[in-house]
Amino acid sequence: MTPEIGYALTAVALGLALYGSAAAAVGAQRGRPALIQSSQHAALAIFVLIAAAMLLLVYAFLTFDFSVRYVATNTNRGTPFYYRITALWGALEGSIILWSWMLSLFTLLIILRYRSRQPEFYPWVLSVMLGILAFFLLVMTVPAPPFQRLTPIPPDGRGLNPLLQDTGMITHPVALYLGFTGFTVPFAFAMAALMTGKTGDEWITVTRRWTIVAWYFLSLGLLIGGWWSYHVLGWGGYWAWDPVENAAFMPWLTGTAFLHSVMIQERRRILKLWNLTLIILTFGLTIFGTFLTRSGILSSVHSFTQGTIGAFFLGFIALVLLGGFGLVAARGDRLKAQGELDSVVSRESAFLLNNLFLVAAAFTVFFGTVFPLLSEAIRGVKVSVGAPFFNLVNIPIFLALIFLMGVGPLIAWRRASRENLRRNFLWPVVVGVAAAAFFRLLGVTHALALLCFGLVVFVTATIVLDFYRATRARLRSGERLLPAMGGLLVRQNRRYGGFVVHLGILVIALGVLGSNAWSVQSETTLNRGEAFEIAGYRVRFDGLAASEESNHFKVTGTFTVANNGQPLAVMYPAKKFYPQEQTPIAYVDYLMGLREDLYLVLGDFARDGSQATIKVQVNRMVTLIWLGGLILTLGAALAILPERKKA
Amino acid sequence: MSARPVSEGPANVDSGAFERGLSPRNPPGGGIGRGAKPPSEGIWRWGKWAIPLSVVPLLILLAYGFRTDPRAIPSPLVGRPAAPFSLALFDGGRLSLNDLKGKVVVVNFWASWCYPACYEEAPVLEGGWRRYKDRGVVVVGVDIQDTEEAARKFMKQFSISFPNGPDPGGKISVDYGVYGVPETFFIDRTGRIRKKHVGAVTETLFTGEVERLLKEGS
Repeated sequence: MTPEIGYALTAVALGLALYGSAAAAVGAQRGRPALIQSSQHAALAIFVLIAAAMLLLVYAFLTFDFSVRYVATNTNRGTPFYYRITALWGALEGSIILWSWMLSLFTLLIILRYRSRQPEFYPWVLSVMLGILAFFLLVMTVPAPPFQRLTPIPPDGRGLNPLLQDTGMITHPVALYLGFTGFTVPFAFAMAALMTGKTGDEWITVTRRWTIVAWYFLSLGLLIGGWWSYHVLGWGGYWAWDPVENAAFMPWLTGTAFLHSVMIQERRRILKLWNLTLIILTFGLTIFGTFLTRSGILSSVHSFTQGTIGAFFLGFIALVLLGGFGLVAARGDRLKAQGELDSVVSRESAFLLNNLFLVAAAFTVFFGTVFPLLSEAIRGVKVSVGAPFFNLVNIPIFLALIFLMGVGPLIAWRRASRENLRRNFLWPVVVGVAAAAFFRLLGVTHALALLCFGLVVFVTATIVLDFYRATRARLRSGERLLPAMGGLLVRQNRRYGGFVVHLGILVIALGVLGSNAWSVQSETTLNRGEAFEIAGYRVRFDGLAASEESNHFKVTGTFTVANNGQPLAVMYPAKKFYPQEQTPIAYVDYLMGLREDLYLVLGDFARDGSQATIKVQVNRMVTLIWLGGLILTLGAALAILPERKKA
Repeated sequence: MSARPVSEGPANVDSGAFERGLSPRNPPGGGIGRGAKPPSEGIWRWGKWAIPLSVVPLLILLAYGFRTDPRAIPSPLVGRPAAPFSLALFDGGRLSLNDLKGKVVVVNFWASWCYPACYEEAPVLEGGWRRYKDRGVVVVGVDIQDTEEAARKFMKQFSISFPNGPDPGGKISVDYGVYGVPETFFIDRTGRIRKKHVGAVTETLFTGEVERLLKEGS
């Protein structure tokens, strides 16, 4: 019965979403509060229905109900308890339930918060959100139903992709989807602004914190994805410019641009058209990303069925882009700037450049991702675009962005005077150049590394200088040091939250720089008892052990590691053999450190345990990336604190 | 709907720090650009539709992308002579590819744990075998990375009657560059691989390929 009940729940929710979306729109158009209220009730019912469907699917997973096709393809009797719950978002169908559930939750929050506060936008926002929900419910009922019945019922399921059986994969999709769905809120408000013709700044100020939350979760999702890639995939890296990664990175880039450009509109009443364009693009890219990351088109091998799901997503993306930009064009007369750019040396132009670079980065990533398609479509040749292309075009862009990160927040609006420039940037530039020179003397010869170092120090110096001056001003007015600093952070949370996020990004940039510039690795075959040395570490192979785990077979190597003659640790990299997979899966073991990680991957081995091939990497400064993520979290939390009313 | 562009909403929520070193902002609803017609009105009227239209080529590209399978890497084996193999069959006896010259051969790599694709295609392959075996078509199943017990159960479940055997050590699958299961190779009467299919074989695909290869040789 489970498949039928689940299917019924989603089908009813689809009907309600279609009705609710239409009712809210008609209610707004004709000014009928009763219709809007009815739409609210529909939204509440949809939330309950989707939550019930999701729980039902979890229940099916926990009870190994293989009559549900999705359960049979994503779990088997050996799958551990927690992974049976997280298998919910192990593939497309379940991910879409999770997506819809989050979206219905956001819809409820919007109802609770804006029902009476935003009487003009609100019904349109409700209509747009329910419309988007209807799309995902349609996907759940027609091309990718999570509750499809499977006959005959197989004795056991296929099992969850072993690579997904990891804590990183428990949290990564959730964070990513919170980011993706979060951007629907500013998008819905933007559409509401266009529908009502109130294309001023209001939709931006209302959604500011929503945007930050969405942006934050997207960042977190990307970082956890990198973390997962680093400690599960066993190639020693965290980012590969893989299409799936790019799919999540593109909305991050345009979302970041949006986050910055809205400040210009709030301030100077320009860039209205641009902001609408950015949010439509960002939302479109989140839909594209959802499809790419979970469709199986790019990930799971051999479960690909050329169904109609691509057509559904394509249709929806077309609707979003054509509808969104069509509305923008129709409202073009209301999107004229009410201000103008006064000078090239100003905060406006720094932010504009930031936007251009971010969008350029998004475009190059998009181009690199779809180029294989383009090539196949036009020349009929399959090509692949790899890391060298992406690095080549993106490194200069990101360096320029770091530079602007230092300039933007401090340069004056409209037209920066010499005095303003001298006051804010003289010392940071000096410190940055000095730092680069210092590292040069220390023996760093890599030009790109020196440049990046110098820029990071420059930006840090601008932030420190600003905070120092503001604190000093408060001290002069009689406050003590800690209350003064704390007061600054809380009072001007938006500004300093942004700064803390910038610091987090800088720390991440250092990690990326260090790991790319100074990591070393080597691969060697050792006999039992034999040792080999790399970067001061001595790694000795002590033997192999085999064990039978609940759903796989595992071969574990034992390696004793010493650093500069001091015994350091015993490490156990392993290989896991899952019966349903063609190739064994590496289980990486590594020692994490602030300066460097020692990272061991077990390669081939002799069956009698006398010999093993081991890949040893000394990865420099990777930990800074995760640390940067923590700082970023603090900054984002600070930035979304409620605004203080100013006296 | 409101007739005038309202932008004087409660916009001024900036933190105080932004005020430092700033020139005064525009007065609310500032007079610039309102009422007065910009000179480029005519261009704007039509030019504005360029934004939505610029999306169209992108959508066409995506439409193409959604229709192709990025994993369908053309096999270098297509067009080449099929590697000979000799298969020890589950029900005793051996089958050698060399003995099948002059016939159309469909070699299917499968496994009992390959769910759902192998389960979907099993009835198709069996049905095809029954329909075409008298017309010079042989379907051969190669069971890879499997236990004999599970494989026999699978064959019983779908009443598989075409020749089937295990591939111990994976020698045959290596020769054919098999990446996963199921994969199916269509071999023509002269012993050349003419088509490689990844994923479950459908009725249409099976019939289409087999009919094509049958027509050629006669």
